[in-house]
Amino acid sequence: MNYFLRKLSFYAVALWAALTLNFAIPRMLPGNPVDILLAKLQQRGETVTPETRKAYALLLGGDSSDPLWIQYWDYLKNLARGDLGVSVSYYPAQVSDVILTSLPWTVVLVGIATILAAVLGVLLGAIVGWRPGTWLDSLVPSTTLLAAVPYFWLALILAYLLARVLGWFPLQGGYDVVLTPGWNGEFIASAIQYGFLPALTIVLASVGGWLLGMRNMMVSTLSEDYILTAEAKGLSPRKILRSYASRNAVLPSVAGFAISLGFVVSGSVITEQVFSYPGIGGRLLGAVTNNDYALMQGVFLFITLAVLGANLLVDLLYGLIDPRTRARA
Amino acid sequence: MTNLKPADPAPAAEATVTAAPAAGPARSGWRSLLPTMTPWLAIGLVLVAGITLFGLLGPLLVGDPRQIRDQGLTPPSAEFWLGTTQTGQDVLAQLAYATRGSLQIGLLVGVLATALSAFFGIYGAYRGKFLDDAFSLFTNVFLVIPGLPLVIVISGFVPRESRGLWTIAVVLAVTGWAASARVLHAQTLSVRQRDYVAASQVSGERPWRVIVVEILPNLLPVIASQFVFAVIAAILGEAGLSYIGLGASNSATLGTMLFYAQNGFALSLGAWWWFVPPGLMIALFGMGLSLVNFSIDEVINPKLKNLRQHRKRARRALRLERELARRSTQETDR
Repeated sequence: MNYFLRKLSFYAVALWAALTLNFAIPRMLPGNPVDILLAKLQQRGETVTPETRKAYALLLGGDSSDPLWIQYWDYLKNLARGDLGVSVSYYPAQVSDVILTSLPWTVVLVGIATILAAVLGVLLGAIVGWRPGTWLDSLVPSTTLLAAVPYFWLALILAYLLARVLGWFPLQGGYDVVLTPGWNGEFIASAIQYGFLPALTIVLASVGGWLLGMRNMMVSTLSEDYILTAEAKGLSPRKILRSYASRNAVLPSVAGFAISLGFVVSGSVITEQVFSYPGIGGRLLGAVTNNDYALMQGVFLFITLAVLGANLLVDLLYGLIDPRTRARA
Repeated sequence: MTNLKPADPAPAAEATVTAAPAAGPARSGWRSLLPTMTPWLAIGLVLVAGITLFGLLGPLLVGDPRQIRDQGLTPPSAEFWLGTTQTGQDVLAQLAYATRGSLQIGLLVGVLATALSAFFGIYGAYRGKFLDDAFSLFTNVFLVIPGLPLVIVISGFVPRESRGLWTIAVVLAVTGWAASARVLHAQTLSVRQRDYVAASQVSGERPWRVIVVEILPNLLPVIASQFVFAVIAAILGEAGLSYIGLGASNSATLGTMLFYAQNGFALSLGAWWWFVPPGLMIALFGMGLSLVNFSIDEVINPKLKNLRQHRKRARRALRLERELARRSTQETDR
């Protein structure tokens, strides 16, 4: 089968699995989320009709008389219409609206931080791995400390040092609250200022992994015959480094993007909490504390969708970069 | 510990790292599975052993971590080495108990996740065909679904009172096995091709025996390295969960400490002695395990090891050459 087709169908399966997990989790676990949710809705002054009850029961399981497969079908139909229910903690906002307002914050923050970390880590890894055995290379094991640091703790330390003690950056939030969000210079400057610490946390915590992977691949690549040939031809070391060694060594790093993105997204969920960042991670945790199950599931679906989408993109790019992957099928 | 004969300058002359066989007496089968001692490995082992001992013995030596005193938020002093919390609890005592809790969950999840990944990775790759495809698809799907958000959602649905240590451990294991299953899968595929596996299959051994006796021993270093990764990931994941208040309700871990520190406004009150030690403990333990893993990596990927030995040999040869040059100049001087 065609490489691109194979990838597309794999991500379709992954998406279906995520949707099904989302359907199964509340039904397999103890507790009765529907009743808790409806009680909360009533507190907010909404009259609970049998229809609302049925909508939530579809989303979260519960005492529905329908057989499971009908519930499942209706659940998928509701999702296809983009109906994720009403958020209790942001009542009367729709879950999808709550998510759509917070999604851009996270996508921009995590996106920029991940790209920075990947570029920085791969470049440093290539340089360090190019001359194995130098003093620089002997420092590589110390980057494991960075990789083993909990994201949120690093965030706490950075917030303490740079925001509280030195006062260089604001401690919490996503932008100066006196400004109204919009595409003007003042607001963007403020958003960058507020986003700097969370981004720095993600970059610091994830750069070590990229560096290490690239370094090890460089070391392996350098013993390949084509490097020897290139040296024998008398090519300049710079050219060998750039066009021969790095390009081949970087491939596993690109292919491993899936795993690292999962880690980064997971880490940033809690990092957002430390900085009270208005992104999707903060919404997820807020939903958990408020028993806002509908929002919780919606956020999980959106995060999964975003991660799957990013991975699909990288996989398709990988097929372009490395012709061998296309030929293997 | 070197297993090299007195410097042989020939390998140093080669520009590339070749897979030169160890020059010394042949290492026995089991010895070759053990990593070589390097300074980094020593640091790693000391860190891991020290922190494990602290978690095991620390709780016996410190006072009650829950005891409340009227000395809130005092910085480290002779009486309280790591200061006190907002309610006057001894941070060092809490740290000792929390370290024990975190190690416990790390070990538990490490074992569970490794078992899962071994099943899906090794068994699938060994059986091949349809089962392998199905297991691979399953593994890859779990790999791309982001773990922590899934864990958060699952923990969010479980009522607080039924959220015990085992629940959290199982949830973390179920969401964390996929990456190492893929690694084990790839390794098993290469081991399965070897002749002795075919030989034992032809001689009519049952599949389970072939896997356990013929394949598993060759995968031990890989499994060990994946286990170490799983422990790190589990401790980090549990810390994250506890930090947001979704951890096991009956356990005290390093993440729980950070949760209380955050809720007690340790950050804005400047009580660094409250929130720095737990995170540092996790980071140092994780670093220790990663350093151990570095050495295991050298067993799995001999290229990395040859590189180090090559370096050592090159240095030795250089020294020898200089020595010879010095001697010869001395001789000509006479």
